[in-house]
Amino acid sequence: MDRRSVLKVAGAVSAAATALVAMPRLAMAAYSDSAFKAKAAGDALSNLYGANATTPSDQVRLKAPDIAENGAVVPVEVETEMDAESIAILIEKNPSPLAISADLPAGTQAMVKTRCRMGETTNVTAVVKSGGKLYTATKEVKVTIGGCGG
Amino acid sequence: MSGIRVKAKERNGVVDVKSLMKHPMETGLRKDKSGNKIPEHWIQDVTAESNGKVVFTAAFNTSISKDPYLAFGFAGKKGDTLKLSWKDSEGATESVETKIR
Repeated sequence: MDRRSVLKVAGAVSAAATALVAMPRLAMAAYSDSAFKAKAAGDALSNLYGANATTPSDQVRLKAPDIAENGAVVPVEVETEMDAESIAILIEKNPSPLAISADLPAGTQAMVKTRCRMGETTNVTAVVKSGGKLYTATKEVKVTIGGCGG
Repeated sequence: MSGIRVKAKERNGVVDVKSLMKHPMETGLRKDKSGNKIPEHWIQDVTAESNGKVVFTAAFNTSISKDPYLAFGFAGKKGDTLKLSWKDSEGATESVETKIR
């Protein structure tokens, strides 16, 4: 397919999605208050992806320390062999759990690495969207000193 | 509060990108010495383009650490350009362009 027809198809698909779904989330990651300010992980996912049904999968690889001495800077890495459209990181006990959502166009590696803040010992969940479904991996990180400020 | 550092290196057809963006990433929960809350101020959107084509986008919450670190990879080659830009909660933007090595 050449670029023009790819764009046409993409346009048609997103137009259809917008028409069908009340909550139009299009292809590109853009900050949205409804997802990022949500107080519960489930709500954040619904507002981000329009669904919060997830399946744990060992194909989602989440790398985070067992113990984080400083909650202000905790390295978190998510990687998967799956064909991922989007990757998100949720930090369950933070005031607003959704930390980052990354959208991956075709040709981009299914990988994202960053550093997060964690207010207290918490479960960290990596969410991978692949083929319209959400797959997760969860890990507990023990936090010695919280990093949310205050 | 200016400065994005980015390194993009190609290996076997995959470009590895590592970036550091200088930004206070205020959570809105911290207080200053006199006990006043410091208002939240953080990077919301990050976009990476290579040769004009979007290869990666991310949205951040305040729970991303101060001076955010972000690494990702995409299919590309040496000599291509990579442009990384961000926009924060106050509408400020910054971008940097580099050659893939």
